[in-house]
Amino acid sequence: MDQKYQGKKITMAHGSGGKASSDLISDIFVATFNNDFLALLEDQARLDMPPGKVALTTDSYVVSPLFFNGGNIGKLAITGTVNDLAVSGAKPLYLTCGFILEEGFPIETLDVIVKSMQEAAEEAGVKVVCGDTKVVEKGSADQIFINTAGVGVIPDGVEIHSTAARVGDKILVNGYIGDHGATIMQSRAELAISADIDSDCQVLNHLVEKILSVSSNVRSLRDATRGGVATVLNEIAKDSKVCMILKEQELPIRVPTRGVCEILGLDPLYLANEGTLVCVVKAEDAALVLAAMRQTKEGKNACIIGEVIDGPKGVVALETLFGGNKIIDKLTGDQLPRIC
Amino acid sequence: MKFVDEYRNPTQAKKILKEIARLCSEITPKDNKPIQIMEVCGGHTHSIFRYGLNQLLPDNLEFVHGPGCPVCVLPRSVVDNCLHIAQHEDVIFTTFGDAMRVPGSSKSLLDLKAEGGDIRMVYSPLDVLAIAKKNPTKRVVFFGLGFETTMPSTALSVMQAQKERIDNFYLFCNHITIIPTIKAVLDSPGMRIDGFLGPGHVSLIIGTRPYDFIADDYRKPLVAAGFEPLDILQSVWMILKQLKNGEAKIENQYSRLVYEEGNVSALSPIQEVFELREFFEWRGLGSINHSGIKINDKYSKFDAEKEFQLKQVTVVDPDVCQCGEVLKGVLKPWECKVFAKECTPETPLGALMTSTEGACSAHYSYGQNIDLINR
Repeated sequence: MDQKYQGKKITMAHGSGGKASSDLISDIFVATFNNDFLALLEDQARLDMPPGKVALTTDSYVVSPLFFNGGNIGKLAITGTVNDLAVSGAKPLYLTCGFILEEGFPIETLDVIVKSMQEAAEEAGVKVVCGDTKVVEKGSADQIFINTAGVGVIPDGVEIHSTAARVGDKILVNGYIGDHGATIMQSRAELAISADIDSDCQVLNHLVEKILSVSSNVRSLRDATRGGVATVLNEIAKDSKVCMILKEQELPIRVPTRGVCEILGLDPLYLANEGTLVCVVKAEDAALVLAAMRQTKEGKNACIIGEVIDGPKGVVALETLFGGNKIIDKLTGDQLPRIC
Repeated sequence: MKFVDEYRNPTQAKKILKEIARLCSEITPKDNKPIQIMEVCGGHTHSIFRYGLNQLLPDNLEFVHGPGCPVCVLPRSVVDNCLHIAQHEDVIFTTFGDAMRVPGSSKSLLDLKAEGGDIRMVYSPLDVLAIAKKNPTKRVVFFGLGFETTMPSTALSVMQAQKERIDNFYLFCNHITIIPTIKAVLDSPGMRIDGFLGPGHVSLIIGTRPYDFIADDYRKPLVAAGFEPLDILQSVWMILKQLKNGEAKIENQYSRLVYEEGNVSALSPIQEVFELREFFEWRGLGSINHSGIKINDKYSKFDAEKEFQLKQVTVVDPDVCQCGEVLKGVLKPWECKVFAKECTPETPLGALMTSTEGACSAHYSYGQNIDLINR
């Protein structure tokens, strides 16, 4: 980063469109994202798209705290959007990026965040090709908000939908669930608990590519972000008009994450993930897909957590350790810690 | 996970369940009705549903989900008073997470927060003192609620505020006490409960002696129970053994934490700061004498009721609500006229749909469709 930004803060001038704005754009954004599309600084990026159906998505990132074990808001802004594209079977190609900065935000911190974004983008093999910066008065936003949109291309023949799950299919996840949610919970200052957990924040497009290379019977893929695994499974069950049953003893949950949940009275199935997908696959391909997932670093802890059964439509249930069943419903509002 | 998994061992559970089934078959039911065990505490209700324990028990044994969910029994008028306090410009209003969703007459604390009220969720009342010190120009109010479980930490916060002269800290005290509540259940018409799972965390504070009248005067067994599935199953087995032998004793299954005399260090701040209210209105149960707790005169300068000149107003639940009957075990949640119709977790009408620990909310979330899947 240019020496001139050391110790400096974002001012209203950085959003005014004048010299301060253009310096910030060239010195921080263009310098870091470093690609020919962005460097032109036109009002739009002009892209060549390979053949296939275009997948388009957008997401805004407002996480607090900005930095947490295993990532920060910048890394999240790339992985989240890349993963939303990837779970359609698309190859993610280009991202846009909009920043809303609160007056007084340290430019050095912005630089760290933008560098993390580029690192994640490189890992995913995507380019940030256009962007926007706005500055709002102190108090009008919480430090920094980021929006990213992304496009990718779905190769011909790939048909992955949340309506496609069928009775008999197996349900897989690529790794431990709930780590991101538990990390954010414990990194919030008001909670005096500490646990050795990192967010699972990671790009999943290479994992999805691997899965699709071994099976053409993948029915549904979902990125289990807000609302966690329970929520995305409810959505698939409802869209596909099927019933799903999970086995409690098969759920991969790290001990520290379980600990945080036990203390706060939360259920890891509803905690957010930022690098965990749910994969519904035809039973005969389940072992193949599982083995393929386990060969990747994103999927080395993959496992089969349940199956699609003939039962009440749109319902997700959990077979508990004791053999009793319970319904895993959609959350009503946020999970709130219980009094006692 | 140590000290957790040991109490969730499915093999052990199967053994106890077999014994429970045997005992149930040997107990002659009254009027051919199932044996009823009331779990007083919402934490037990939560565990029963979380592990599906209710489905593993014999048909002639059923749980009645009792009044021990402090959020569920909060009357609307108390929530209205919270809203009244929190609406002041100079107030930071704090409370536990699940108290924020309870509906008052017109809205909940979460709704007011969305409208701009400075309402903050805390994990301990001691955190509220830190907020008060950081914001000396604000009046910082803690909405304290819960049974004896949460009372000691509230009392300690008041004592700490006194010691550190934190003059902008106030407590809106809505703690409740368990014994008159159990007595109200025992005295209610139509009640046919055979035994009680005693609330584990409350017992940790008060000990087991205060329950003696349940065995002595009402001839009902009570077992103070832990919250893990094996704790609950073992406690059920202990109650059934008493029923089979025609006994009524107070027993302690949760002996790793609960002592007969309770926890003296926790009881003394309660006695220092609080006194009983003459009347306290419960949502679903009506007024129960001496069941509420308030700040005593010595600490009255921290009393939000005085500071904000609150009035005790009764706001009754809608006529259609049958929470009282469900709380006493006379009706099952799904037998209530409005269950899953007008009354759902998104739009709760009655107390028991409000918190995830409420019997109706638990049935709504976990009970539906289970029979279909089990088939």
